[in-house]
Amino acid sequence: MRLAPGLVLLVAVLFVLSLLSGQAPVGAGQSLTALIAGDGTPLAVVMREIRLPRALLAAMIGAVLGLSGAAMQGYLRNPLAEPGLIGVSGASALGAVLAIQTGLSLMFPLALPLAALGMAVLAVLLILALAGPRGASITLILAGIAISALAGALTSLVLNLSPNPFAAADIVFWMMGSLADRSFTHVWLAAPFMAVGALLLASLGRGLDALTLGEDAAEALGIGLSGLRLRLILGTAACVGAATAVAGAIGFVGLVVPHLLRPAVGARPSSLLWASALGGAAMVLAADIAVRELLPARDLKLGVLMALVGAPLFLHLIYKTRKEMA
Amino acid sequence: MSLMTLRDLTVRRGECPVVDHVTLSVGGGECIGLIGPNGAGKTTLLRAALGLLPASGESTLATLPALERARAAAWMPQAREIAWPVTVERLIALGRIPHLPRGARLREQDRAAVEAAIARMGLDSYRARTATQLSGGEQARVLIARALAQETPLLLADEPIAGLDPAHQIATMEVFAALAREGRSVIVSLHDLGLAARHCTRLLMMVRGQLTADGPPGAVLTPQNVDRVFGVSAFYEDTAQGPVFQPMQVTR
Repeated sequence: MRLAPGLVLLVAVLFVLSLLSGQAPVGAGQSLTALIAGDGTPLAVVMREIRLPRALLAAMIGAVLGLSGAAMQGYLRNPLAEPGLIGVSGASALGAVLAIQTGLSLMFPLALPLAALGMAVLAVLLILALAGPRGASITLILAGIAISALAGALTSLVLNLSPNPFAAADIVFWMMGSLADRSFTHVWLAAPFMAVGALLLASLGRGLDALTLGEDAAEALGIGLSGLRLRLILGTAACVGAATAVAGAIGFVGLVVPHLLRPAVGARPSSLLWASALGGAAMVLAADIAVRELLPARDLKLGVLMALVGAPLFLHLIYKTRKEMA
Repeated sequence: MSLMTLRDLTVRRGECPVVDHVTLSVGGGECIGLIGPNGAGKTTLLRAALGLLPASGESTLATLPALERARAAAWMPQAREIAWPVTVERLIALGRIPHLPRGARLREQDRAAVEAAIARMGLDSYRARTATQLSGGEQARVLIARALAQETPLLLADEPIAGLDPAHQIATMEVFAALAREGRSVIVSLHDLGLAARHCTRLLMMVRGQLTADGPPGAVLTPQNVDRVFGVSAFYEDTAQGPVFQPMQVTR
C-alpha cells in the first residue's frame, strides 16, 4: 500500500520542520548539526532540551489521539465519535485545574500532569463501574456523557470559586492546550502510558473489523465484546489521559483524522488504526509549527488553532457526506 | 453426527419465558426452516442456541469457547448491519476472521472460501462495489455470502430472504438446500411457508416460545397446525413440480 510510506514520509518531514521552527534565527544545517553533535553550545541545548521534546510530544500526542479516535469510531461504528467521549479528557483536565488552583503545580513541576493522570484513572474506574459488565456500546456512551458533564461542571466550579484571578487566568490558558515550554520530563512521563495505551488499541483491529457487521455478528465471529470494550476503555484512557496531562485539551484530532483517512484505507477499521496514528502525528506536528510561525510574538495556543482549523474541516466533511448521501 | 443439541433451552424476559424448554438436535445434511408467527421466539431461540443470550438449559454450541464456536456455526442476524463503506469482497472476507491466525492476512484457503461464497450467491459483478450503497436485498445477499465464507458445518440465518425478489429468494433457498446435500446444515427462520415447504428437509414450528412441531414439512404444515399456530387456512398439495403451500384465509 502506498499510503503508509507517504504518511511516514510526511511525519518525518514535519518532524524535522518542527525541530527547525522557533525564535532563534539559525540556519537549518547548523541547527541539525548542533542537535546531533550535542556539543554543549547554547544552540545544542535549545535543540536538545526545548525543540526535540516539543517535536516528540507533538508526534506522540497526535499519534495517540488519532489512534484512539479511530478505535473509538470503529467500536461505536459512528464517524462522529471521538476519544473525549468517554470523559477521560474532561476528568484529566479537572485534575490539572485542581493542581493549578491549589498551587500544587507551583510546588513541583510534575504535580500538574500527575494530578491530571490521577483524575483520568479515577474517571476510568468510574466509567467501568457505570458501563456495566456486558459489552454493549450504548451504556459506554451514556456513562461517558455523564462523566464528561460532571468533570466539566466541577472545572467550572473551581473557576467560579477561584479567589485568585491569576490562577483563574492560568487555568483558562492551560485548558487551551499547548506544547510550549515542555521538557523531556513530560516526554518520559507520558511515554509509558501512551505506549501501553497504543499497544492495547492496536490489538483491537480484528475485533473492530468484525464489528462492521454489528455487535451480534461480531460476537458470533468469536470476538469477545466485553474484553474488547475493556481494552478500548483502558487504551483510550491511557492515551488521552497522558496527552491531556502534558498538553492540555487538544480537540478535533481524534475526530477529523480518522474521518479524513477513512476513504484512503477502503474504510477498513483495522487499517484505519495505524493510518490515523500517522495522520494524527502529522496534523499535530503541522499545527504546532503553525502556532510558532503564524504569530511568533504571541503565545498562540495549539488547542485554539486546532479547533480553528478542525471545525471548518469538519464542516467540509459533513457537506461532502451530505452530498454522497443525496 | 450432531452439529447442535439443545436440551430444555429456556430464555426468560422477566418472569415470562420467551423460549420455553426447547429440546432438539441438528444432524448433518439438514436444511431446517424455523417458522412461527411474529414474537414466537425464533430469533431468541437462535441467539440463545449460539450463546449470545443468557439462557438456562443446555446448548452444545453455547458451551464451546468463542473461537471454536465461530468455527462450528455461522450466524447471520436479522439486523443487516454494514457500518462502513467497505467493498463487497472485503465484507465477505470478514467471515474468515475465526479461521485466521492472529495478525495474518488472507491465505490461499481463505481466498478460496471467499471466492466460493461469491460464486454461490452470484455476486461476482458486485465484488468491487461499496457494500453500503447496495439495495437492501443486495446487502442481504452479500451478508449471506459473508456467513457462507465462514465455511462452518452449521449456518444459522435469521430471516435471510426477507426483502429479496422472488428469483433471489428461490436461489438463496436452493443454496441452502445444496449446502445440506453436501452434508452441512442450515437453520433458517422465515415467514414464507411456501418456500419453507418446497426447500426445507425439516421444519421447526414455534408458538409462544414453545417448539410445537418438528419434522418433515408435510408432517408439520398440517391444516390443524397451520390454523392453531398462524390462524390461517392453507392449500397444500404435493404436485409433480414439488410441494405447493399457499396460505388462503385468516381463520380468526
